[in-house]
Amino acid sequence: MNAEFFGYVAFFTFVGIAFAVSAIVTSWFLRPWRARGEKLTTYECGEEPIGTGWHRYNIRYYTFALLFLVFDVVGVFLLLFALIFRNAVKLGIGSFLFWQMLIFLTIVLIAWIYAWKKGNLEWV
Amino acid sequence: MYGLGPLLESLFKKIGVPTFWAEPLRAIIVSVVILAFIMVVVMVLLWLLRRFIAYMQSRLGPNRVGPEGILQPVADATKLLIKEDITPAAADKVMFSVAPVLIFLPAFLVYLVIPFGKGMVAKDFHMGIVFVLAVGGVTSIAIILAGWASNNKYSILGGMRSAAQLIAYEVPMVISLLGVVMLAGTFKMGGIVEAQSGGFWGILPRWFIFYQPIGFLVFFICVLAELGHLPFDLPEGESELVAGYNVEYSGMRFALFYLSEFSNAFAFSAIIVTLFLGGWKPPLAFIPDWYILSPIWFLSKVGVMVLLLMWLRASIVRTRIDQLLALGWKVLLPVALFNFLLTGGLMLV
Repeated sequence: MNAEFFGYVAFFTFVGIAFAVSAIVTSWFLRPWRARGEKLTTYECGEEPIGTGWHRYNIRYYTFALLFLVFDVVGVFLLLFALIFRNAVKLGIGSFLFWQMLIFLTIVLIAWIYAWKKGNLEWV
Repeated sequence: MYGLGPLLESLFKKIGVPTFWAEPLRAIIVSVVILAFIMVVVMVLLWLLRRFIAYMQSRLGPNRVGPEGILQPVADATKLLIKEDITPAAADKVMFSVAPVLIFLPAFLVYLVIPFGKGMVAKDFHMGIVFVLAVGGVTSIAIILAGWASNNKYSILGGMRSAAQLIAYEVPMVISLLGVVMLAGTFKMGGIVEAQSGGFWGILPRWFIFYQPIGFLVFFICVLAELGHLPFDLPEGESELVAGYNVEYSGMRFALFYLSEFSNAFAFSAIIVTLFLGGWKPPLAFIPDWYILSPIWFLSKVGVMVLLLMWLRASIVRTRIDQLLALGWKVLLPVALFNFLLTGGLMLV
């Protein structure tokens, strides 16, 4: 099952790349080639670009990014919980699992409130 | 047995294809059909978008090429194919070419798990919805790559905003899905559709939107951000960033960005329909779910969803990036978590 699916993924990846590349290559043969001089400069609405675009940017959502990593892992954990929950309810261990999850989420929520109070959920 | 899969199998048997080649042959046919489908859908969506928004803004929109301008996208595609494709002298040449290919890839891969009708799915994988989330994240990477490789200040800001957007919507998106996964007990797209069969009082269908209104709302907002659709089209932001991450792109490479944007719009509408609106199930519970009609139900539901997206596009203003982050982390995340706990609690009682 898995092997078959990833065979499909690999094949679709190949087809996707082949399509995109062949589209570019087709236009390669059809299009004009007259780019030189000013046409090749960086576009900044007619202004002469000053310096390059590659310099340091202030990533102002850096603290969000750190929290994002944590919460994404939490999300993966919750996905697995959600997957088995229906069967767990059927087997009668649903409330046990649910309380455990509630305790876990309380801890996560405390961390989230702490981050908020500390000002990490602000655009700095 | 229903489904195009068994139909194809019996066809293979009739022609006498060896069993070893049956699966690869199926993969080839399916991929070509999906590719053709994407082309047609994107052309229709392009035309629909321009006409629909034009009418909403008291304009006419393109109406010259073909009846009602329906051939306009064909003309546009041809034009883009024979347009000069400029790589700016300052750009990172290799990455500049890789980005448009990379952005098309997830847009195409998502179609692998979308059930278009009863048994009409390229490969119904048991991790279906997780696969969609994983592949959807690649789009952002491609946008960041395109922005950085262009070596243009506007594009880089667009790429940065795309990263910020990913950070804002991804977590609430995953958590808003949990309710659906809990109710269906599976990640499989086909299984989620099956879990929505039956109806209330024999009339209203048992769709998850009725069980998960909060989850639907959060997921819908997150999809708007995922698609970079108004009110969250910050990576493009025409009036601030010219065109954002694709300022420097022209010709066919620009066309690929455009193509994947519209193909994503269809794919994610289809995913909303699959998860919350009953997929290919008929809209009223007493209608038998005939195999022939299932893709028609599915496509009409997706059509409604796409029109809803376009309606929003024509009527809402853009948010600021810090507002999006605040919305994601201070509103959507707690609401999605509340929805998750509420669903769990209600399932217990």
